Amino acid sequence: MDVKRRKFLKIAGLSAVAGLSVPSAFTNLLQGGEALASTAGRGAAEGSQQPAAGGHGGHGEEPTGVQYGMVIDIKKFAEHRGLAEQCVKACHTEHNVPDYGNPKDEIKWIWVDDYAHGFPESSQYKRNAALKDLPVLLTCNHCANPPCVRACPTQATFKNEVGVVVMDFHRCIGCRFCMAACPYGARSFNWRNPREQYANGNYKFYKNGINPNYPTRMRGVVEKCNFCPERLAVGKLPACVEAAGETKAMVFGNINDPNSEIAKVLNANFTIQRNPAAGTKPSVFYII
Amino acid sequence: MLEKALVGTNKYWAWIFFLLGVMGIGGLFYLYQFNYGLGATGMSRDVSWGVYIAQFTFMVGVAAGGVMLVLPYYIHDYKAFGKITILGEFMAIAAVAMCIMFITADLGQPMRIMNVLLHPTPNSMLFWDMIVLNGYLFLNAICGWVILNAHNKGVHYPQWVKPFIYLSIPWAFSIHTVTAFLYCGLPGRHFWLTAILAPRFLASAFAAGPALLVLIAMILKRVANFDAGEKAFQKLGTIITYAALANFFFLGLEFFVAYYSRIPGHMHTLDYLFWGLEGHDNLVLPMRFSLTIGLIATTMLLFPQIKKKESTFALSCGMLFTSLWIDKGVGMVLGGFVPSPLDRVTEYVPTVIEIGISLAVWATGALILTILYKLAISVAAKEAA
Amino acid sequence: MYDRGKVVTGLAIFVIIMTFPVWYNLGATQHVPKPDLPKDVKKCVGTSAYMRTSHMVVLNQWRDEVVREEKRKLVEVEGKQYVKSLQLGCMKCHPDRKKFCDECHTYTAVDPFCWDCHFQPKETK
Repeated sequence: MDVKRRKFLKIAGLSAVAGLSVPSAFTNLLQGGEALASTAGRGAAEGSQQPAAGGHGGHGEEPTGVQYGMVIDIKKFAEHRGLAEQCVKACHTEHNVPDYGNPKDEIKWIWVDDYAHGFPESSQYKRNAALKDLPVLLTCNHCANPPCVRACPTQATFKNEVGVVVMDFHRCIGCRFCMAACPYGARSFNWRNPREQYANGNYKFYKNGINPNYPTRMRGVVEKCNFCPERLAVGKLPACVEAAGETKAMVFGNINDPNSEIAKVLNANFTIQRNPAAGTKPSVFYII
Repeated sequence: MLEKALVGTNKYWAWIFFLLGVMGIGGLFYLYQFNYGLGATGMSRDVSWGVYIAQFTFMVGVAAGGVMLVLPYYIHDYKAFGKITILGEFMAIAAVAMCIMFITADLGQPMRIMNVLLHPTPNSMLFWDMIVLNGYLFLNAICGWVILNAHNKGVHYPQWVKPFIYLSIPWAFSIHTVTAFLYCGLPGRHFWLTAILAPRFLASAFAAGPALLVLIAMILKRVANFDAGEKAFQKLGTIITYAALANFFFLGLEFFVAYYSRIPGHMHTLDYLFWGLEGHDNLVLPMRFSLTIGLIATTMLLFPQIKKKESTFALSCGMLFTSLWIDKGVGMVLGGFVPSPLDRVTEYVPTVIEIGISLAVWATGALILTILYKLAISVAAKEAA
Repeated sequence: MYDRGKVVTGLAIFVIIMTFPVWYNLGATQHVPKPDLPKDVKKCVGTSAYMRTSHMVVLNQWRDEVVREEKRKLVEVEGKQYVKSLQLGCMKCHPDRKKFCDECHTYTAVDPFCWDCHFQPKETK
């Protein structure tokens, strides 16, 4: 190739790159970087939840800002046998959580397990027999320091301004890194299409029918408890808490507000948390 | 230069069409998986990563292994690697391409993959993994291609390539460190939460990558009349030996920490992998096999007579590669999920679909490798003439 | 020209294949989309022209505002309040997906994945 032609091609190539990228760069700048503003908003919200740098275990500054949390009173659930299962049903029906009937494809936002499996890092040695069959309700702990949020490459799971660790099903790419990161096994994946229907049109996996006011999810996204933000927005309690009802087996509220009911419950009782050594600062507390 | 890949013997074309066939079948399997969902694999709520991520982790290692050729040749001017370095660079390209394919096959929503670029998340290790892997692909492609082109034209490669070559060396270390960071930064998985995971990854990478390269170079000696040189083979053997020794030493350290401290979180996964846990033991045989042949291969490589004889050298490299493939792929990734955070054991068995898609990705990597190696060999033959 | 026969034949096949969409539908009657507009409400959250071109922008914005930023303030149209939602907002006035959304979508061969997750009021019966 002669020098003139090579020079022409070099200039043409550079102009093409410049011509395509510079206008869009300008438009981005002129629009004030909308994307940047929303990331900053998220950063600020997260900042308000973070304890001071260097805080670990029980040390460091207390986080400020709203942090929704829950106290689950296992004793009360033991008194009202079957109530825990009703809370599970309330949640799964409200949110169209499918039931595949096999542990491989299983999706659960909240479920009943036993003490040994809910608190595996605590000692099971010489425990009293009654402990073994207490119904322990397990769900996402909406940690103050969530490892799943750190892991997500697209911010599909993020901590919102009221401390809820939210799943944005629209953005999730289904990489399941958050499932590997969660120390509590709180996350489920849609391994298949939950909306499979029989020939007569009935849904195969929505055993309790569909809630038309809440969407389902599609195959390929992760899902978990979201603390019912759509209910909180209209002043209701999360579905599970409402199902527990008058028994006060579940108390929900802002754990950072010293005047809230939940803060008073936390102050009046000895509560334990799941896997505290992981440093995640869960927002779900248990009275055993 | 690509036209060189279109000329070949009948065996060459038979191999190409065989690879295309495997790719085609795997492609059909992938269509099924795309339609049905990832439930077509053996993964479950408890074991949410399987063969795909395991293969991805291993292939990042193989890609990083290419640096064991680039480093001596370009930094230390080790002329004996003159013919084989380009093979290492091209192997890195094929390996990284396979990594990207494995990740894409594993995604639940692959059409949303651009979200990783549209919403950059610096706190996520997957974001950095995407950057370093694509960067490494880009670096190796540029360096390999420009240098090969220069050889083809009979001139020295242009000076502007040198910074890219130098950059690719620490970059190779970084790709496998970042991949290790995917695992060792997660607070809930005790088996992965160890500082020695990154060094172990690097050690096994620097053993597995060159071991594979030795085997391929021996094949090339037979089918394509391309001799990398006895000195190159021997030096690679040395590198492989030291890397393998480091890897098994690190593994021994893991065993010591787990079984001397007797901390359940550290012990239980090793229990599951090597002895079985609560009656679940489907990984015991592969893991014990891997450890056995790995130790035998490493011991073999300590003896110069083994390395001097081609057949025993090839055997030990093959055994070592298989051992590391099982250890890093099967053992490390699946082990992290057992026991689950709820202290239960769920076992994982890959399905036919999964294996088919994995084989297709391996075939694609082999195809890229074949084409690139055909170019390298043609250019080398032209230079020799 | 070398290999004139092969080149011209190849070119002809290429042109035929690439212009397939043009000549395949020639003469067939087009089904002009006529979306079923709601009878009692005349105004939407934006002008008709804007909604026609950019309703997906509105939906995406609402999605990000509601899910990611918890900005759930109700939208007011002609005195009535609506939730910022496809299922619980838009479909209060446009309840039938086939008669409204799909009319234009089928014509333009657009396949949005909203319906993989969201319900239209009739679908759940």
